[in-house]
Amino acid sequence: MNLDARSVALHLGLIAVLIVLGFVLPTYHQGNLARILVLATYAVGYNVLFGYTGLLSLGHAMFFAAGMYGCGMAMHLGGLTVIPAFVIGLICAAALSAVVALLALRTIGVAFMIVTLMFAQSVYLTALYLGEWTGGDEGFVIAQATRQIAGYALTEPLTRYFAALTLFAVALLITARMMQMSFGRVLIGVRENEERTRMLGYDVFRHKLGAVIISGTIAGAAGAGYAVLFGYVGATFASVQYSIFPLLWVLLGGMGTTIGPLIGVAFMFYLIDYASGVTNAYMLIAGAALVLLTLFARAGIVGEIRNRWVPWLP
Amino acid sequence: MTKALKTTRRTLLKGAGAGGLLAASPLLGRFASAQSAAPIKIGFQQHSTGIGAAYGRWYGRTTEAALKMINDAGGINGRPVEIIAEDDGTDPKRGAEVVEKFSNQHGCDVAYGTLFSHVVIGSAPAAGEQKIPYFVVSEGHHVASGALNRYTLQPGITDVKSQVQAMAPYVSENLGKKVTMIFPDFAFGHDHRDFFTAAIEAQGGEVLEHIAVPPSETSFTKYFPKIPRETEVLYHVMVGPAVLTFVKELGEFFGPSSPAIFGFIDSLEAVDLASPGLEFLEGTYFWEGNPRYAQADQTEYDKAYRAAVGVDENGASVSDPSDVSTYAHMFGCWETLHIIKAGMEAADYQGPDDRQKLIEAVEAMTDMPESMEHPQGPKLFNGKTHQVFGVQYISRVENGRLVKVHTTSIDDTLYPDEVDYTTQSF
Repeated sequence: MNLDARSVALHLGLIAVLIVLGFVLPTYHQGNLARILVLATYAVGYNVLFGYTGLLSLGHAMFFAAGMYGCGMAMHLGGLTVIPAFVIGLICAAALSAVVALLALRTIGVAFMIVTLMFAQSVYLTALYLGEWTGGDEGFVIAQATRQIAGYALTEPLTRYFAALTLFAVALLITARMMQMSFGRVLIGVRENEERTRMLGYDVFRHKLGAVIISGTIAGAAGAGYAVLFGYVGATFASVQYSIFPLLWVLLGGMGTTIGPLIGVAFMFYLIDYASGVTNAYMLIAGAALVLLTLFARAGIVGEIRNRWVPWLP
Repeated sequence: MTKALKTTRRTLLKGAGAGGLLAASPLLGRFASAQSAAPIKIGFQQHSTGIGAAYGRWYGRTTEAALKMINDAGGINGRPVEIIAEDDGTDPKRGAEVVEKFSNQHGCDVAYGTLFSHVVIGSAPAAGEQKIPYFVVSEGHHVASGALNRYTLQPGITDVKSQVQAMAPYVSENLGKKVTMIFPDFAFGHDHRDFFTAAIEAQGGEVLEHIAVPPSETSFTKYFPKIPRETEVLYHVMVGPAVLTFVKELGEFFGPSSPAIFGFIDSLEAVDLASPGLEFLEGTYFWEGNPRYAQADQTEYDKAYRAAVGVDENGASVSDPSDVSTYAHMFGCWETLHIIKAGMEAADYQGPDDRQKLIEAVEAMTDMPESMEHPQGPKLFNGKTHQVFGVQYISRVENGRLVKVHTTSIDDTLYPDEVDYTTQSF
């Protein structure tokens, strides 16, 4: 099997396993996995920029929130159905990421982190300021009856699970395919050595711009997905902690690996879920786990597996 | 409110069957009349970490005290009650996950206890989908506004709209009619801005200036010059870590000659009034959901409730006088748990299949007289809006203590219904 065939087999195999899990998992874990898949979509988007392009954004919550608010407000205030509202969410996230990219990509390194952080903070404060429409920090609920596609209620656990899986699978396959194309390979080139990539004649700025827009739009798709699947839209999701989460998930799972984001989200989710049952200081346990991973598995879980045993992992 | 335990022939026979086992256990002996001796599980969504942690700690203590009282009196429908606490991190996403966990993992009968509005609003869809009754103790207007669903109820604490509205008559008659409001520029502050402005205008007063402070602000000095000179009453409400700075800077700004000052105790919940810098609050007025300091006319119920929770007459922990309680809010946990008990008894609740009957039983409730179950005061529950209404207190700071100067009527707190949840299907 060549590399591409292995990669296709891995990704389709993962999706097949997730389909089976949807039917066999107990209700509680099925619900958790639906959430994990939506958040993993967010992490997949983040990984495009951080893992493959090497640009560390500290403001991705703004893209997640743009999708969430675009979709949620279109349904809540505009009375739209799920599909058109979801598309509006995507457009909002794509537009915001294009604007932010044009301005933030004038900087590099630490400055890029700070600029994205500042933009995200302004989006967060705007959501609070426009409380009349956004519900501010309290947020708003999307009516249960409206959360359905062609008569299929997204509030029904199995339907919700497969909707979440579809969202994740599309994001995963798009990014996996992208990394096999020359566009994706140039992104890795930018990450490894931006000057050399430029010297080889590639338009680095255009590639980075594309990466931010793709990354931001996938994050927005996750935000819109969260809104329709779980029925809540609120400014918390635009706050700085939701910009840090995808960074942690991707670092944990393995930056620059296609399935790392899913593994990272699932690991973190269950770590907190179980640890919080043991002690209120569960963030201490989460922190200790992060420190240990950083010390002993610097490439993240999947990254470490790739380094040690399975070098072809995409 | 409560109903005597019914002993039918069937329960008697079942009881007799289980009798041998139960008789062997002195602890379980008092639950002997139950159809099932399995505990009723109440999922307690607790703010153990995050911005709500001070509230969560006291909500936890109040919950434990109410649980003890209920179990000592024979539990609910003859079954012991168990509280399963899960930390929601004061985060709406985790809140929703916790509600699902109660329903699908722990097998809880109901979920209960949330305070912060964004966590309530974030969790309510999950409660509606899981069809698990969700009793919140939040004082947000979200339930009564119709934004949530039939499974979400707030029977143990009044909402901000009724609280704010009930303050206007006293403020306009005793403190002044020209008010300037200073509030945080997010939903909680906007509720105060909108509801109080309308209420004071209905009393013939007016709000001269609305001063909204951005939530990230750490210094407030630059906002105070915006307070108009002719202001008679300064209405303030602040929350979060910068509250002490706010109050201190306000004191420094006005010095000895300030207008009358009226605030919501939310600004200083769990904060010792004797903290340095707060001397300036002497003579100012506060809304209190429940008077923190034991008053001269303290009821026997408040006395017993205070003792049960472990709060001294200054509103602090009996074991640590510097650990000040969230006395204005936490009674809601006590009262809500007793309402869950009364509702389950009225509905003859046996298990999750009876959840709809439980909601209908609570919706049917109306008057809740002041009692050991309702130590804060008498209440009136509106089954249509799923919201309770009750008396509010205004206190004045005298010699560093909050002394009650006014008790509103329940009528002062009423407003027209904005929703009828009973028309929604389950």
